[in-house]
Amino acid sequence: MSPTPDPSPSPRDLLREQLATVLPHACVALPDDLPELIRTADVVVHADALPEVVPFVIDQLGYGLLSDIAAVDYFEHGLFELVYRFYSIGGGGDLVIKVRVPREQPDVPSLMPILPGAMLHEREAYDLFGIRFIGHPDLRRIYMWDEFEGFPMRKDFPKQGDNYIGEGA
Amino acid sequence: MITTDELQINIGPQHPSTHGVFRMLLTVDGETVVHLEPVFGYLHRNHEQLAEVNTYLQNMPYTDRLDYFNSMANNHAYALAVEKLAGIEVPERAEYIRVLMVELTRILNHAGALGFMINDMGAWQTPLAFGIREREKILDLFELVSGARMMCNYFRFGGVVRDIPDEFIPRMKKLMIAMPAYMDELERLLRENEILLARSEGIGILPREVAVSYGVTGPVLRGSGIAYDIRKAEPYSIYDRFDFDVPVGSVGDVYDRFLVRIEEMRQSRRILEQIIEQLPDASGGHINPKARQNVRPPVGDAYARVESPKGELGFYLVSDGGTKPYRYKVRAPSFINLTPLGDMCRGYKVADIVVILGSIDIVMGEVDR
Repeated sequence: MSPTPDPSPSPRDLLREQLATVLPHACVALPDDLPELIRTADVVVHADALPEVVPFVIDQLGYGLLSDIAAVDYFEHGLFELVYRFYSIGGGGDLVIKVRVPREQPDVPSLMPILPGAMLHEREAYDLFGIRFIGHPDLRRIYMWDEFEGFPMRKDFPKQGDNYIGEGA
Repeated sequence: MITTDELQINIGPQHPSTHGVFRMLLTVDGETVVHLEPVFGYLHRNHEQLAEVNTYLQNMPYTDRLDYFNSMANNHAYALAVEKLAGIEVPERAEYIRVLMVELTRILNHAGALGFMINDMGAWQTPLAFGIREREKILDLFELVSGARMMCNYFRFGGVVRDIPDEFIPRMKKLMIAMPAYMDELERLLRENEILLARSEGIGILPREVAVSYGVTGPVLRGSGIAYDIRKAEPYSIYDRFDFDVPVGSVGDVYDRFLVRIEEMRQSRRILEQIIEQLPDASGGHINPKARQNVRPPVGDAYARVESPKGELGFYLVSDGGTKPYRYKVRAPSFINLTPLGDMCRGYKVADIVVILGSIDIVMGEVDR
């Protein structure tokens, strides 16, 4: 935090402020003593609140262009993080929404009913990380072949040997 | 009246019109497409995981191989992401050299893409040679600065690997004199040809609201009438210093995407002219001498994006403070631009599919990663 307050609030702070009034249950209050790697200044929302937050971001704040959904495996901390990045067609910087789910149960509501542009992003995150997008109409592997077992971008996936083929292949 | 059954057919993965190993599973009713499903993964090599076992600098040549038509643009996006993460500054001259290379890349990409698109329409080989011929001349310039025609690996964190040689600017000027003529020629090829017009006008329409909801970027989005260009919307590098226009289409069909690309080539040439005027002398240096190439960025994440010739190319990096990225994600434009392919093709003929795919301009190295 810089000591001199910025006169124009960033989209991030604006979002946090507005969410506090419109959807008070959506934001996750992160503890201050988080390990450095998973500390973040971005808005973290509950996975369940995502179907409410995203329409708010698109319709009320005008960030209509879903640019990217990036999954990150914070293996040491037992969680997956999804980074949703939105832009406005009018220009300007990004608006980031992060969702954190436990590694044991990586269930996230799909954005497909709201934004068809989430189609390939979600299939990719499912294929490589095994994140289950509830409500996605066509959640199949996209890069790996259908019989493949395991999720190759997870940190605990073996990087050597032929284990990756899977028993049943 | 004769009724027809619906039939499933494959186009690809090995097919000359799919621009690489890409498969389209078509359901056709006679000659009309009822449903199209793109199938990916034939060129998948888990690029993102390779990047996690390499150091930051080792990844630079790998980015060349994402969109192998535009290695300079890929280098630029990756360098910007690492510079943002590690807080590295870039000298003035290096910024100009970077933009120069990237705009040359845009011209060569569009020349090639237009040639391939006309090729897909069945005008076999000759129009393609028009595009490829001009692309070759620019590749010669790239060879002059980087030693490689396609896999340039020219950018470094804080600048570019070496300064441009003395003969570069005179050779580029000579090339630029010839540019308007062949850009007009390419345009005439389409505008004055009855057959090509019939094959492109009203084909593969992507309405503007649909384009936005699908997250499409680049010439495809602009062809649908939305003037969204990252160089203007969120200027990076030194793009705020140049004067150029963002061309847009009106209907969002194949014809509009063609015209947008032609006009973008002209605008890129305008930027090149301004670069030649403004290029600082070599005393500023082509690379920040304080920038460590064996970079160890502080813990955190960063996303940087550029307007690559195909759309928004972004790199999302997470650092754990080590010498290798903790997470490295590529936001590939031609991958996301394929999302609406099924909708764009529904109701058109099988022969139109290859034209619509050609007008999206994909490179499988980037789609499959």
